[in-house]
Amino acid sequence: MFSHKIFETNTLALIVGIVLSIAAGGLVEIIPLFTIENTIEKVEGMRPYSPLELAGRGIYVREGCYNCHSQMIRPFRDEVERYGHYSLAAESQYDHPFQWSSKRTGPDLARVGGKYSNEWHFKHMVNPRSVVSQSIMPTYAHMQRPLNVSATIAGEMKTLRLVGTPYTDEQIANAVADLEAQATGGDAAKAVEARYPKAKTGDFDGNPDKLTEMDAMIAYLQMLGTLVDFKSVKPELVNR
Amino acid sequence: MTQATYMDATPYQDDLIKKFVLAATFWGIVGFLVGVVIASQLAFPALNLGLEWTSFGRLRPVHTSAVIFAFGGNMLFATSLFVVQRTCKAGLYGGAVLGTILFYAWQLVIVIAATTYVLGFTQGKEYAEPEWFGDLAVTVCWVIYLVTFMGTLYKRKEPHIYVANWFFLAMIVTIALLHIGNNLAVPTVLFGGPLWKSYNIYAGVQDAMTQWWYGHNAVGFFLTAGFLGIMYYFVPKRAERPVYSYRLSIVHFWALIFLYIWAGPHHLHYTALPDWAQTLGMTFSVMLWMPSWGGMINGLMTLSGSWEKLRTDPVIRFLVASVGFYGMSTFEGPAMSVKAVNSLSHYTDWTVGHVHSGALGWVAFVSFGALYYLVPVLWKRERLYSMRLVSYHFWIATIGIVLYICAMWISGIMQGLMWRSYDELGFLQYSFIETVAAMHPYYVIRAAGGLLFLLGGLIMAYNFIQTIAGNLRDEEPYEATVAAAARG
Repeated sequence: MFSHKIFETNTLALIVGIVLSIAAGGLVEIIPLFTIENTIEKVEGMRPYSPLELAGRGIYVREGCYNCHSQMIRPFRDEVERYGHYSLAAESQYDHPFQWSSKRTGPDLARVGGKYSNEWHFKHMVNPRSVVSQSIMPTYAHMQRPLNVSATIAGEMKTLRLVGTPYTDEQIANAVADLEAQATGGDAAKAVEARYPKAKTGDFDGNPDKLTEMDAMIAYLQMLGTLVDFKSVKPELVNR
Repeated sequence: MTQATYMDATPYQDDLIKKFVLAATFWGIVGFLVGVVIASQLAFPALNLGLEWTSFGRLRPVHTSAVIFAFGGNMLFATSLFVVQRTCKAGLYGGAVLGTILFYAWQLVIVIAATTYVLGFTQGKEYAEPEWFGDLAVTVCWVIYLVTFMGTLYKRKEPHIYVANWFFLAMIVTIALLHIGNNLAVPTVLFGGPLWKSYNIYAGVQDAMTQWWYGHNAVGFFLTAGFLGIMYYFVPKRAERPVYSYRLSIVHFWALIFLYIWAGPHHLHYTALPDWAQTLGMTFSVMLWMPSWGGMINGLMTLSGSWEKLRTDPVIRFLVASVGFYGMSTFEGPAMSVKAVNSLSHYTDWTVGHVHSGALGWVAFVSFGALYYLVPVLWKRERLYSMRLVSYHFWIATIGIVLYICAMWISGIMQGLMWRSYDELGFLQYSFIETVAAMHPYYVIRAAGGLLFLLGGLIMAYNFIQTIAGNLRDEEPYEATVAAAARG
């Protein structure tokens, strides 16, 4: 006859019992996500972030934007009409960490790319209430300072490669050049567009002389949700 | 003779417990204060002050870490290390040394975490914001804690391990696994990146699942199992009644820890997480209602035969109300984990309100009850400075909670409905900013509720200062009714 006494009198038995009890749930829910093939949809267009977008994403994380903005459109009529096609797992496959967020104090940003002009973003970031009078977002005027990542951006990309982002040697070798060229635009940015298809190029913050955090931030926002061409996505492919 | 001397001299490391009690009180007030500040920022954005260090995005992790890991953490150290000594009839393993290292190291972790968030160094994962160096420091603290707690269990002079210690132990072991599992990251400095930054090994959908496996069980184990340990010791102790049902404790314990760990995916309903995982998360979340209410019944029914104490002892009032709030939020939680409900509640303030009915009503109230019990015992005072002040604290904090959660219910459900509302022509009826503007009055009410809760915390701190100073307030004592006195 089984008795509970062993757990009450033997610390080791209690620990083993606890570990076995808590192990099951995590193992069953997490491990298959790495092994089941259709967890991440096979869609065209996804690529790693360009150096400037990556720097912008770093600022997004630094400022804690995820505390108020989601990047995960749910498959409901109202969300799809308001924000665009519902989000795919493929679209955040290079996100370390994911930024789906759990709160929409502000609107979802999963497909904010291309919705507003660079100028609008700049004004909105400097003072949100200058373009949306009832906004409760903090001001981010400090992002007008120089973007100070040239010395380290390649190191960040190498780290990301180690954890699974498929950056090529060429992309890493050209990290600093691409960083500056993307915010310059024109012919200078041709190589960036080749290495990072659909990257938005050009001056983002209205100040072409200076590479600022604002350039990086807006470059990141303007590409969000724009990579996958949904005309080519077959419904059965995204049916989980 | 030697034996008698030994028995007289207390073998317990109570000076250490005192430190944790004071730290919990201090960090509690800091955490509530930052909460009031960020709640006010949502109502009045000018309070972000236009400075990068004081913006909502950087301060919100300061609030969550301060209340969970600083207030909650010190609370768990204080109570678990107090309880394990009493119920094992043994002093702490490692004497005062290990515990003291734990104390200072943990306070350092808190200061490092808060400072780095404000400066913009964060992993960007909710409730796991500390960067890699902070995570390493947490790991060191946790190993010391595990060794101290386990070591004390091993040297116990009681044959049985008391039920509260099962919950504490499950909390310690599980949090260790969650913390390490969720925070596996590569520091960028290894490849010439910035020193203060790292990249998590998981990405996208796998990161989301791992994060909420961690995040939900930070709630399930840190804020629930650990604080149930507090309930299982301090409610019977204060009520001077045995735990209602020993058999129910056993079922409660194993069912709770087994089921809780599955519930994480309910934070990811209708996202790009595969449906099978969402369904598992929902199913186990609903089942979790049962052990949760089993625990609530066990806590509440412990009072049977001494319900009179609710009138005469405001400390019992805190403990009982906490178990009541536990029952309420563990009913609301499973309801919100049902996908149909979640489709409305997710991303809205309803979630925030739900969290706070658990955090303020359950976690903080059971903590206040335990603190009010501990302070006179640890400082060897006849009683608290004032029981009337405890009662004021109780009512002010309770009104604060009610304002908070009602405001969030209304704003959350209202915003969820506004988002999905269509006009007669089939267009979305409200722009997003219209739904933001509609939240304003409720954000003001929420901030007011938080302010009342903070005020209660300050009253408690004042009561403690006076108690420790050895003062007794001249006031009318709470007395039992004639009928109860006759029964007693």
